[in-house]
Amino acid sequence: MKVALLELRRRPWRFAPAVIALVLLTVLLLILGGLLDGLYSGFTGALRAQPGELLAYAADARLSVLRSRIDAATAAEVERAPGVAQVGVLGTALLGATVPGQVTEASVALFGYQLAPHGVPAPPSQAGKVYADTSLKAHGVKEGQTLLLGPKRYPVSVVGWVSGTNFLLQGGLWGNVDTWREVLASARPDLMLAAGTYQVLTVSTAAGADPARVAAAIDVATGGTTYTVTRSFAVDALPGIKQQRSTFNAIIDMTFVVAALVVALFFVLLILERTGMYAVFKAIGASSGQLVSQVVLQAIVIAALSFVLGAMLALAVGAVIPPEVPLELTVGRAIEVALGLIVMATLGSGLSLRRVVRIDPATAIS
Amino acid sequence: MTALQLEKVRKVYRSGDGEIVAVDRASLEVGDAEIVALVGPSGSGKTTLLSISGGLLSPSAGRVVVAGDDISGYDPKRLTKFRRETVGFVFQSVNLVPFLTARENLLVVADFGRRDKKKSAARADQLLDELGLDQRKANLPAQLSGGERQRVAVGRAFMNEPDLVLIDEPTSALDTKLGEQVMELIVTEVRNRDTAAVIVTHDQRMTHHADRILHITDGILSDAPRS
Repeated sequence: MKVALLELRRRPWRFAPAVIALVLLTVLLLILGGLLDGLYSGFTGALRAQPGELLAYAADARLSVLRSRIDAATAAEVERAPGVAQVGVLGTALLGATVPGQVTEASVALFGYQLAPHGVPAPPSQAGKVYADTSLKAHGVKEGQTLLLGPKRYPVSVVGWVSGTNFLLQGGLWGNVDTWREVLASARPDLMLAAGTYQVLTVSTAAGADPARVAAAIDVATGGTTYTVTRSFAVDALPGIKQQRSTFNAIIDMTFVVAALVVALFFVLLILERTGMYAVFKAIGASSGQLVSQVVLQAIVIAALSFVLGAMLALAVGAVIPPEVPLELTVGRAIEVALGLIVMATLGSGLSLRRVVRIDPATAIS
Repeated sequence: MTALQLEKVRKVYRSGDGEIVAVDRASLEVGDAEIVALVGPSGSGKTTLLSISGGLLSPSAGRVVVAGDDISGYDPKRLTKFRRETVGFVFQSVNLVPFLTARENLLVVADFGRRDKKKSAARADQLLDELGLDQRKANLPAQLSGGERQRVAVGRAFMNEPDLVLIDEPTSALDTKLGEQVMELIVTEVRNRDTAAVIVTHDQRMTHHADRILHITDGILSDAPRS
């Protein structure tokens, strides 16, 4: 028989204030985490999906895909560098897309690629055919439709869906390099690149090769005209990504601390109320450790229950949030929040240890 | 064997610059299966003496031996174990756990003592039967009468098969008839189990149940009331 669990079952209203507070904090944690994940995914998906461990930029591009230019000769030097297994070219253009039947344009990032990113099929053989990121469905995009890109209304037709491939919060469109070159020529003739020149190279390393050494070898091989980095480094170098993540994580961490304080305060007040009962328990032979473990058990059950209710509420909130808000509720984030809440509840309730130890069993009889 | 032995026990409380002597060189022996009534006015030190006997308080001086164990120098941890295994308490204000049923209020003792669950359940049922509560096992304290609650408290005191039961004002909240019934039940349980008991009371009508009556006034213990 667990006294703590019986109390929870028979006097649930007594724990309602803590549960309500923790449910709201759970919703906040899940929504904050979902926004962080959505923003991160929306900003970086296209780079994180690249098949190569390395990305080679022009040295003077300061890790900007849009500024970078790599010509055919440099690409050939990269291919010959020691430790390189495979090289693919990549180009992008950020544009507005007119969607049939929609009043507002959708912001898209059109990519021309050779090596298929993770989750993306091989490039369409024909120019003017693209795979669209599923996030564009929220903008009314449908398979088989023709989207008109840029001010010159270059037509591309959607031949399938991919997911998690957005770039700088713009919906990813994936076509072959000819499509990208034609769209760029149509929309931004001033930025037209020479034949054989692309923006970035995605580089797969040979089995067993150290990516950092291969990156250094590439930059040596190109005489310093490239700046080659790992994929994760390139992702972190995107503007605002680190700041975005650290800001959200600071808010999430503070919310966890608030959860611990809520639990601590609640149980301190509850223990004040229970002083008489705990004195009796001590008088009949309960140790302080046994009583504290009862408090901690109640805190863990409350945290778990609050998480379940909070997760349901967060899903409901997620369902009514407009699709343009980059909210991504993931199982991984939910597990992180659940574990975090349980740890914080344990720590918070553990703060009541001193108060429980100080209860004098003699007060049961006086 | 002597169930309880107090030798020149003294309990002093500090109060500002002065001292309050709650119990002054009290000596007492309670034999197995003996029932001793401790009578005295309010503030005379009877509850303090009871608390010292049950390991709830440590004496300032003197020796306390319960069931052969000298507990005078026990630290709080050992006193907790001692209370769990050796003594039973019936508190003046009953002090049942409000969200536990009558049966669970008995089982909570076994729960903290990590005793065998089956044996504990059987013992709780047996005690409740003996106390006439077999039909009230599943009731919460709020659903029981004052007398029934007191009987549950008596049952709880016997759950850990104690060598010594310490009972504080068991009839103070009951009328004479109910008080008599509860005292008879206590005496029956004590006699049936060969357990020693010290009953603190200021109700002279209940003292005839005891084998011996001791008086305490201003912390001094005596066989006869002090004039």
